[in-house]
Amino acid sequence: MKSLIQKLVETPGPSGFEYKIRDVIREAIGDAADDIRVDALGSLIAKKGTKTDHGLRVMVSAHIDEIGLMVTHIDDSGFVRFTNIGGINPLTCYGGRVLFMDGTRGVIGLDGLDRGKMPKLSDFFIDVGATSKKDCPVKIGDVCGFERPFLDLGKRMVAKSMDDRIAAVIAIEALKQLESTPHEVHFVFSTQEEVGIRGATTAAYGVDPDVGFAVDVTRSGDTPRPSTKMATALGDGPAIKVRDSSFIADPRLVDWMVKAAEDAGIPYQLEVLEAGGTDGRAIQLTRGGVPSGCVSVACRYIHSPSEMVDTDDVENAVKLLVKLLSEPIKLG
Amino acid sequence: MTKKFEVSTGIAPEIGASQIELLEKCCNATAVSGDEHEVRQIVLDEVKVIADEVKVDALGNVLATKFGRGDDRVRVMLAAHMDEIGFMIVKKHDDNLFEFECVGGIDERQLPGKSVLVGRDHLPGVIGAKPIHLTTAKERKNKIEVSSLRIDLGPEIGEKVKPGDRATFATRFELLGPSIRAKALDDRLGVATLIELLKHAPDNIDLLAAFTVQEEVGLRGARVAAYAFDPDMAIAVDSTPAYDLPHWDEEDENVQYNTCLDAGPAIYVMDRATIADRRLVKLLTETGDQEGIPYQFRQPGGGGTDAGVIHKTRSGIPSTSVSIPSRYAHTAASIARLDDWANTLRLLYAALTRVTPELLAGERRD
Amino acid sequence: MSELLALLKKMTSASGLSGFESPIREIIREAWEPLTDDLSVSKIGSLQGLKKGRGEEPRHRVLISAHMDAIGMMVTEVKHGLMRITEIGGIDHRILPGQLVTVHGREELSGVVVQPPAHLLPESAGDGPVEMKYLLVDVGLRPEEVAEKVRVGDLVSYAQQSLELTGEALAGHTLDNRVSVAATTLCLEALQNRLHDWDVWAVASVQEEETLGGALTSPFDIRPDIAIVVDVCFAKSQDSNDWRSLPFGEGVGLGYGPNIHPALYDAFEKKAKALEIPYNKDLMPKMSGTDAMAVQIVAEGIPCAILGIPLRYMHTPVETVSLKDIRRTGRLMAEFIADLAPDALDQFNWEE
Repeated sequence: MKSLIQKLVETPGPSGFEYKIRDVIREAIGDAADDIRVDALGSLIAKKGTKTDHGLRVMVSAHIDEIGLMVTHIDDSGFVRFTNIGGINPLTCYGGRVLFMDGTRGVIGLDGLDRGKMPKLSDFFIDVGATSKKDCPVKIGDVCGFERPFLDLGKRMVAKSMDDRIAAVIAIEALKQLESTPHEVHFVFSTQEEVGIRGATTAAYGVDPDVGFAVDVTRSGDTPRPSTKMATALGDGPAIKVRDSSFIADPRLVDWMVKAAEDAGIPYQLEVLEAGGTDGRAIQLTRGGVPSGCVSVACRYIHSPSEMVDTDDVENAVKLLVKLLSEPIKLG
Repeated sequence: MTKKFEVSTGIAPEIGASQIELLEKCCNATAVSGDEHEVRQIVLDEVKVIADEVKVDALGNVLATKFGRGDDRVRVMLAAHMDEIGFMIVKKHDDNLFEFECVGGIDERQLPGKSVLVGRDHLPGVIGAKPIHLTTAKERKNKIEVSSLRIDLGPEIGEKVKPGDRATFATRFELLGPSIRAKALDDRLGVATLIELLKHAPDNIDLLAAFTVQEEVGLRGARVAAYAFDPDMAIAVDSTPAYDLPHWDEEDENVQYNTCLDAGPAIYVMDRATIADRRLVKLLTETGDQEGIPYQFRQPGGGGTDAGVIHKTRSGIPSTSVSIPSRYAHTAASIARLDDWANTLRLLYAALTRVTPELLAGERRD
Repeated sequence: MSELLALLKKMTSASGLSGFESPIREIIREAWEPLTDDLSVSKIGSLQGLKKGRGEEPRHRVLISAHMDAIGMMVTEVKHGLMRITEIGGIDHRILPGQLVTVHGREELSGVVVQPPAHLLPESAGDGPVEMKYLLVDVGLRPEEVAEKVRVGDLVSYAQQSLELTGEALAGHTLDNRVSVAATTLCLEALQNRLHDWDVWAVASVQEEETLGGALTSPFDIRPDIAIVVDVCFAKSQDSNDWRSLPFGEGVGLGYGPNIHPALYDAFEKKAKALEIPYNKDLMPKMSGTDAMAVQIVAEGIPCAILGIPLRYMHTPVETVSLKDIRRTGRLMAEFIADLAPDALDQFNWEE
């Protein structure tokens, strides 16, 4: 599993430009799925299982895009100005390394390092080693992601874009480990979540599920002095989301997910996130409504180039997802 | 008065006197978000004689379809919004002065000392400002809040104006050399362009023209228009700001100009609402290169167009936007170049003639 | 006690926070059962009641949307026998200290919201109003008991009892939006004795305060031809007295702005005048802050009217409303619906 995680987190794929990630996922799934298609916004949808009398059409959604940067201007000296794709924290930029979709690499610099003020994104620039506009290999509209190698600390793992590639890995593993299911499961590897949950919106409309589960990362409250206290912690098990700031999980599903975890002896924690949003919202508000929930993996340093998760949490999330999909789903 | 119009497919549209006259009529009309009646009437008069189907939907969008010929036609939706930013009267005070709210994004610093037109009858009024003699230096450091501004239509306005009435800046359309100066170039330029494209719709596509409402208050009309049309692809035709003025410190380069006047139609790769489908961007740039039509890229960053909701409709619609650059959008007087408008019209027409089913056959990639 | 008062007291005794509307839904279901031909629950929990019109199919459909969810709080952490909370829907943290609440844990517990003393808070909190993230809820039990009975994700609702004030005014919590559900109930009652051509879909929608989820989804399946959204609007009080607030107890608010189809506004105004029901124009220059924001843009678009019941002190436990305005709203809706001719849809167009 760790080599798949490494492959996925080290491949660039900011929102709107996920095509390389799709290729990795297609290869990883191999012929474990009954059918694979790609929709109009680039989401990859892998179908497995046939709906029986006790079954439903289930959508599982993990987003494959990451935050990144897009070039807005090359100045006369060859320095590159940019705007954000998704939520970029200026704190994570200075000295950061970036990788463009065509392989060009660069480093992020800052106009006048004034230690009193928090800089704006427009104060930063990318230096690709060009000396003028003419010899600069990138142009307006080019796209890059942050670059950091995957780091295996044993019990913990660190990489950029654990949000949400770790969920993609969980979904792929669950797809492969799912031996029998009464459901028709659509594993959606969705695009453009970081810019407004766009891929899941259209994928959900197309799949038209009876029930939906998002798989994503969530914040953890276990670092020194977090700005908002939170009960979630690394190593306490996959989190069953009760709500975040954009979505209230269907309480019938939450109860059922808790029971399933307890039945299978899988550790879990309940999550209330006073921020953020996930694919769950998009699924829940599709068409005439879809009862939806979310399995989360606690993660430290989200949207920094070094996001950290717990290996056991990830493995337990796979187990939980397989358990949820292997049996009929009880809606209260 | 209806016009007899011969459909002239195969002939590229150009900007001439009658196109400019139509734009003038559109710009001078009042159509604040939620009350697009005046522009809707102009649009209906123009499109009823050329479209195969015309419908006004539940929100007031005008949906006009021009069918092409032959098999395997791609269904192309173009959207231009009829509404403009403006004001709503919210209260009549005892002194016969009217309190108002802004509708759509307006910088309140653009308001004091302007003339406005109120209601369907375009009654003239002014947004007054305190005489400088009666102000202090300290006071002049602060913005004047909208809630303290009033519209004055004279002491005997009586019941002719009431809360709920809309108002816009009173600026009238004028040609100034190579430029157009008017209010609401955002998006009357798009509306006029879309009417011309409908008149010249090429045979290889079904052209689904959406003249949308309520773009300025949340891209609302386009959402239901896209659901109804369910097209294969979409392009929003809008007007985007050109912040191409010099930096006050001549040493510094202006790196956030968004677009420049005289650089041609602005093709979008990303704004805050849409990450463009690059297949459509490529179609537009290749068309421009092959036809010798100048174009520029709108700087990726903020803002949004109708494409922002269209591309997320149903199971997804490949989309992008093309805008005519204009300076001073969302103020009393915007400025755009006739050439930029003409080149936008040419680029869109030529691109439409190049649309084939192969364009969207594969996966969305780079 | 009038039936309306009894219904309101019953409804405000049940919780029904956004996303967790089951308790209130059951009460509304009981009230609507004898008044409708069919009752169903949407996939995310909205209650949908159909009262069929007479006349041959296909009949036109009018949808009434009154959100049944309410604002409240949720437990984010349980420590030392005390709870931290976050909001569901918008709450001004300044009204929280000292409020009596109910914690819906493994059992219902009575609690109070506590503002910790300044020396126990970070310096940055200053001496101004204390933000919600620093407040605590104390249910008076020892930590071991609390740990068994309460967990992260449990709901917390206001516990203020409703109070009958003078002039047929009622004060309490969750009157936003139970008063509109009550008005809809009165409308359905009135329609028992009136013939109507159109099908009426009464929807007690979910999640208005958080995601507009109910308003986005029920109309997608029902596809009404027009919709009437009933919600509370601002009533004038000592510090809410600009143009956004309507006089208290002096009539129904008729919404006016981009969310509302002007032909529906005109039709309701005409009807109110004819019935001598007092009303006031309720200006909504941009978005209305109601279910109509969503209903209007579902599928191919739905013409909307917005009826507002003026309410003071919105989103506090002492929201105050006039029962007269609730009755007026119910009656206006019933008469409007009863008078909808089979071909009335044609008049709600844009050709002015």
